[in-house]
Amino acid sequence: MKALVFEPWQAAVDWFTYSVLELSPESHAGSALNFFIFETVKIFILLVAIIFAITFIRSFFSPEKTRAWLAERKGSTVVGNVLAAMLGIVTPFCSCSAVPLFIGFVEAGIPLGVTFSFLIAAPMVNEIALGMLWGLFGWQIALIYIVAGELIAIAAGIVIGRLGLERYVEEYVYQIKVGPSGGPGEEPSMMDRLRGAWEASLDILKRIWLYVVIGIGIGALMHGWIPAGALAQYAGPGNPFSVIIAVLIGIPLYSNAAGILPLVAELTRAGVALGTALAFMMAVTALSLPEMILLRKVLKPQLLAIFVGVVGTGIIAVGYLFNWIMG
Amino acid sequence: MKVEVFGTGCAKCHLLEKHVAEAITETGVAVEMVKVDDIAAIMSRGIIFTPALAIDGETKVSGRVPSVKQIRALLTAGA
Repeated sequence: MKALVFEPWQAAVDWFTYSVLELSPESHAGSALNFFIFETVKIFILLVAIIFAITFIRSFFSPEKTRAWLAERKGSTVVGNVLAAMLGIVTPFCSCSAVPLFIGFVEAGIPLGVTFSFLIAAPMVNEIALGMLWGLFGWQIALIYIVAGELIAIAAGIVIGRLGLERYVEEYVYQIKVGPSGGPGEEPSMMDRLRGAWEASLDILKRIWLYVVIGIGIGALMHGWIPAGALAQYAGPGNPFSVIIAVLIGIPLYSNAAGILPLVAELTRAGVALGTALAFMMAVTALSLPEMILLRKVLKPQLLAIFVGVVGTGIIAVGYLFNWIMG
Repeated sequence: MKVEVFGTGCAKCHLLEKHVAEAITETGVAVEMVKVDDIAAIMSRGIIFTPALAIDGETKVSGRVPSVKQIRALLTAGA
């Protein structure tokens, strides 16, 4: 799974840990330290590259534009769901703006199911998760994560749309009128976009670097001390409940998505099935407790429960499907 | 000059408030800072992406937390 470009770096780290520090590659400490130095640098390089690329692409897609775009196409809903899920990747999103975005979408006449496709895809397929996945598991798994996340967002949005749940949105949402956008009018220049993307990338890195380092640190200890395959008998493809348990554990863990992925990577090395790990990551990002508390402001408990149920089912299905394909 | 900070009470909104307060102290411009946290009031201004910042009624920043330096530039440009 190691990318070719990182081979010289691996050689340098090997030289440092095994020749300079004279640790044995077979020792727990040698293996852990080697892993920590190699992974930390590799993951930060990939994180910077991916976060920068996505924040740059993002400068072309403001939430205001996405909203106007989806509102124009309110007729055909399945197309709307697909578009909304795709725009969810490139539109900037943070759970603190989930409520105003939801109201803004509903007010613009965007169907409920399409709004949900967006709300599910936006936090799940994000630059931090993609950067970490690429660094830890390789680009193939990052790509599978994007495709699976998009499919869940599209399917869940279609289901919620078909159920006709408009009455379970808090009434006041329909009373709110969104004023004309007085947003920054002029298009930024290419230099502005690049500079803005760079500043946004640094902001994100400043926020997550400590979690990443701690996560890789704990992952390194696991790497040195837990033998490969040690957990296979408990959480391998053979355990029928592993995916469900993984999703239930993942829901309250949102804020540490950056720190949790190195542990997940180590768990898969120790034998946890990849589909189970993938489902866990999706639960961490898409079904976060803090976001649900915020969404409760606009959704009645019934709709919130349906939302969690539909998305949770989708994630569990993806986990099992993937375990089945890989097994 | 009137600076409005829009946010529904999340961590990023508090950070924006702090940055604005710092920028005001640093520039020494006479500024009135107002915090808007009512969702209907925020939406009526056409803002669907918080945190947001408006100066003299015009939305300058939406959906991110600008640095103290950037806010200082916005304040002195408007003065």
